Amino acid sequence: MIRAEKVFKSFSDTKVLKGIDFTFEKGKTNLIIGKSGAGKTVLLKVLVGLFKPTSGQVWYDDEDLCMMSKNELLTLRMKVGMLFQGNALFDSMTVEENIRFPMDMFTRMTAKEKLDQVNYCLERVSMEGINSKFPSEISGGMQKRVGIARAIVLNPKYLFADEPNSGLDPKTAITIDELLLDITKDNQITTIINTHDMNSVMEIGDNICLLHLGKLAWQGNKDEVLDSNNDTLHDFIFASPFLQKLKARALANGPVTN
Amino acid sequence: MNLLFHIGRFISWHGMIFKFPENWRMYYKETVRQMYEIGIGSLMIILVVSLFIGAVTAVQFTYQLQGTMIPSYYIGYIVRDMAIIELAVTFSSIILAGKVGSNIASEIGGMRQKEHIDAMEIMGVNTASYLVMPKIVAGLFVIPVLVSIAAVVSIGGGYFASTYSGAFSHEEFVQGLRSFFQPWNVCMMYIKAFTFAYILTSIAAYQGYFVKGGSIELGQASTRAVVYGIIVILMADYLLAVLLTS
Ligand SMILES: Nc1ncnc2c1ncn2[C@@H]1O[C@H](COP(=O)(O)OP(=O)(O)OP(=O)(O)O)[C@@H](O)[C@H]1O
Ligand SMILES: [Mg+2]
Repeated sequence: MIRAEKVFKSFSDTKVLKGIDFTFEKGKTNLIIGKSGAGKTVLLKVLVGLFKPTSGQVWYDDEDLCMMSKNELLTLRMKVGMLFQGNALFDSMTVEENIRFPMDMFTRMTAKEKLDQVNYCLERVSMEGINSKFPSEISGGMQKRVGIARAIVLNPKYLFADEPNSGLDPKTAITIDELLLDITKDNQITTIINTHDMNSVMEIGDNICLLHLGKLAWQGNKDEVLDSNNDTLHDFIFASPFLQKLKARALANGPVTN
Repeated sequence: MNLLFHIGRFISWHGMIFKFPENWRMYYKETVRQMYEIGIGSLMIILVVSLFIGAVTAVQFTYQLQGTMIPSYYIGYIVRDMAIIELAVTFSSIILAGKVGSNIASEIGGMRQKEHIDAMEIMGVNTASYLVMPKIVAGLFVIPVLVSIAAVVSIGGGYFASTYSGAFSHEEFVQGLRSFFQPWNVCMMYIKAFTFAYILTSIAAYQGYFVKGGSIELGQASTRAVVYGIIVILMADYLLAVLLTS
């Protein structure tokens, strides 16, 4: 469980986050949604500790992230995996070396154990057999998946993913969503995903936080999305004329019965 | 104000660099990779430059000595001491500040911009230490070796330039080489080599580590790494000259 409490974040004079209170729950896929520029990445980086909040607290269970000592922080880091919006794969290393890096650095596993774990993670993201490729030699979608593989290699308790399926075709996007959902449920971890993909919201939105103008505009789960009459949420979901038409038609036809 | 800010941050940043490594093997591997990169990568240019520096020294002093009462075997002595005391170490370091410095700054800066550093931080890596210490240590090992090679090669260059033109004989040059030798000068060369190695690697790494923005800023950081590296090397050269010869 991760809790943001009155989190404010400004960069010199731009206020990006203006008081976010939200609880990201364990064993659930928590989504942060919002328009481009809403501050999703900034919130994620505050939660993970890359940005210090201007004010407010971030709680990991009952420990305050900002108050942690060096050692506590290091212990926490071992339990955190993160996929960056731009993947952040190390481009001088192969896929295998990338995924192995956290194990090389922090574990005493044997070469065989590491290789098995690398292959297991690659299998989970359906990317077997690309061990010796360099990040520049694989497609963007494949890089995303390798990024996920690297994030889960040490079996994290907290998983952060910044737009895991942006730039992917709908089918691959759904595969990735399902993968993140599976990992979350299997290991009962706290997963936080940034997205502006409506399919993901409806597919895996256990606990949704809608950011708008630096504030929490709505919260709920995927089942509550359609029933809500929150304007910001509706603007966000029915953004395209096509969806607006669809909505209008649905309203005209009355509730769907089967 | 700005300068003070950077000096302050540069110094406090050292507290992050020299930490106990998370994993010795990874640091060792990285250090070896850097040694290879700095050493082998710069060997050619160091050879060429020092050969010519030695040759030019010889030619210039031949010109200066003409018509003076100074014995001609002095040429070997002058070439040797110029190389050891000043030219080999300072020239090499300035060249390395350009080549290695810009390389280090853009490598680390690129990692900062592509969020590689953030990704490592999230994993729990002390990035200041893992990305910087191996480069400094590699520089401290390899640059003095390059400087020694440069010294030998520039003396060789001086030898060829003075004997090839027929201005001096082999015997005269060698006699000069063997005269007035002071071990302290060699010692001074190594003190300078270590100091300059430290200066050029740490300044370059600093410029890269704190880079912001995009490719223009990265270019500027790598230019600053070279320019500041050279300026500080020359200031240190002056200070050391004063300290070590008094
Ligand atoms: N390091 C920074 N320095 C200054 N301003 C920043 C910084 N990072 C983000 N911002 C500002 O914060 C705001 C939110 O940015 P953020 O990257 O969080 O958006 P986002 O919701 O992730 O958008 P997207 O969906 O496009 O990724 C933007 O207006 C941006 O200009
Ligand atoms: Mg973003």
